[in-house]
Amino acid sequence: MGVAKYTKDAKDAILDVELHSGIHVKPSYGPQDLERVGFDYQEDLGEPGRYPFTRSIHPQGYRSREWTVRQYSGFGTPDETNERFKLLIAHGQTGLNVAFDLPTQMGYDSDDPLAEGEVGRVGMAVDTMADFEAAFQGIDLTTVGSGLTINAVASIMLAMYEALARRWSVDVTRISATPQNDILKEIIGRGAWIFPVRPAVDLVGDVIEYATAQGRLPRCNPVSVCGYHIRESGATPAQEIAFAFGIAFAYLDNVVTRGYGAEKVVGRFSFNFNIFGNLWEQVAKFRAARKLWARLLSERYGVRDQKALFLRGLFGGGGFGLTKAQPENNIVRGAYYALAAALGGAQTTALCSYDEAYTIPTPQSALISLRTLEILMDEIGLRDTVDPLAGSYFIETLTKEMEEKIMEEMERVEKWGGMLAAVENGEVQRLVAKQAYQWERDLLEGQRVKVGVNKYAEEGQEGQVELHQYSEESASRQVSSLREVRRARGQREVARCLTELERVLKTRRNVMPILVECCAAYASVGEMCGVFRQVLGEMEEPSLF
Amino acid sequence: MSSATRGPNPPRVLVAKPGLDGHDRGAKVVAFALRDAGMEVIYGGLHQTVEKIAATALQESVDVIGLSIMSGAHLPICRRLMEELARREMTDVAVVVGGVIPRSDMAALTELGVAAVYPGGTPLPEIIEGVRRVARREKGA
Repeated sequence: MGVAKYTKDAKDAILDVELHSGIHVKPSYGPQDLERVGFDYQEDLGEPGRYPFTRSIHPQGYRSREWTVRQYSGFGTPDETNERFKLLIAHGQTGLNVAFDLPTQMGYDSDDPLAEGEVGRVGMAVDTMADFEAAFQGIDLTTVGSGLTINAVASIMLAMYEALARRWSVDVTRISATPQNDILKEIIGRGAWIFPVRPAVDLVGDVIEYATAQGRLPRCNPVSVCGYHIRESGATPAQEIAFAFGIAFAYLDNVVTRGYGAEKVVGRFSFNFNIFGNLWEQVAKFRAARKLWARLLSERYGVRDQKALFLRGLFGGGGFGLTKAQPENNIVRGAYYALAAALGGAQTTALCSYDEAYTIPTPQSALISLRTLEILMDEIGLRDTVDPLAGSYFIETLTKEMEEKIMEEMERVEKWGGMLAAVENGEVQRLVAKQAYQWERDLLEGQRVKVGVNKYAEEGQEGQVELHQYSEESASRQVSSLREVRRARGQREVARCLTELERVLKTRRNVMPILVECCAAYASVGEMCGVFRQVLGEMEEPSLF
Repeated sequence: MSSATRGPNPPRVLVAKPGLDGHDRGAKVVAFALRDAGMEVIYGGLHQTVEKIAATALQESVDVIGLSIMSGAHLPICRRLMEELARREMTDVAVVVGGVIPRSDMAALTELGVAAVYPGGTPLPEIIEGVRRVARREKGA
């Protein structure tokens, strides 16, 4: 939402600016500020593409390659999603970002009573591999990368993607999928969790181990750690980075304790960070994050391979910054957020559409987001030079201050007993929820400004947007095709696979190989997840107050 | 924001998220705001079935159930909850709903018996006053 907290005098002159992360901004900056924060050119900045990567992970930045655009999409049946995918690819999108409906995210089949009214509503419904066959029909799995936005059952979806490739005789070492697979951020901020913290993290570890350490899916990035949703839930930008790093280290430790070197694993981690609010704070956040990630990995885990030190990821979105009031203003906001992404050196990006406070984006509004990103790359010079704000007294000072704030927030997590304990006990959840409440109070009191909400608000400001229509008919089509698949598949093989899955879970072996077999046999998501639920149990939500 | 002192008989409110959606920032913010305004708030949390919500409401003797729904499934969910409350003869409990609710669905929700609807962006004081009002009505005061 709004930007910083401003203290002003009676004439509206600014007396103090406090960024959300708690850093105060001065009226002007000079060399003495760089000295004050201990800025050192080689250590803090250096050349683009060289350690500590503050400026960029690539020496040429966007000169060598534009960012990858990966808009989040998918709804209804797999056939409908397939059409939308093809539309986005035809309009120049280079990667897919698959949205799943809530029953799929929560591991229920489309005909489960708990799925009623939700099938295909916020993403595509996936029950069995037959749905993947329809969704990816006509799409080359070796040239188009797919982000699979799913967490609690990410293992099942990645296994299904591999099973699909095998079925189509595509070389699985050439397929590129990024399951989100970040269960801790789901527990903190997005809510699509099922299992208790520790077994849930073991599943995340299984996916990472299988894809990287065991080398089974060398072009798949097995986890995308999402500070994004933690920020949406109320975290500051510094906390967004700090908590995401804490989470990433928890996953890394899970795999390292299985006997692998960090270097082999961590190079394929990716991140998903948010952009809304103060422009300078966002840019400093990304620059500080790239530097800190490289430094922490080399200092704490002894990682030497330069490429394994890259902070890769999708920076974008901005959902919380968009308003329901005067929705067309969100198109303008989106353009500024995209600018922040470019100035922050985003490698991959995506942008929320202006109508998302109302509905699933229509094809037209999704296209406006895509064009916003394209205009930035093609029309106004964002590809000209790497990290154009480098060397600014202000930005370099702020980047150093942001780095310190991130470290402070990481220490807070240590005091809670580490990330797993902090999430199990609900510490992170309570902190961000309290901050979210404080944010709303600041808006009410006018300390934060949001145009169209608490300033320049108009009566009857509710916008006219075209609503995405939920189709009961496609939901029931999905249920009947699931029933058809269940009828036609080899029941004995399904039963064998599910029994074996149970055994693997109980003996705490890696679940991925047997999940691939389950998917190939057309076992359903609900059946596989049912075995998980039975063996691993379900999480109890820690108390809010 | 008013932080009224707790009266002798403050409204009791259950805040819960029915269905499978997990976006709970709004629900938590409202829970804090109602509590700060002097109400007794029971935070039911995520992934609640309508049966569970009705059972908790009964056990905690709440005056108001506040639902937060972002997935678009507000009509089927509210229909099921109102049926469940009727089945348990709990029609004295008021139901209010917030979240991503299109204006065009508000009449249908009222028709189902929902006492008040707060689409995203509703100012907190309006929600606090609204919940107080429907709680008073239920208490017959």
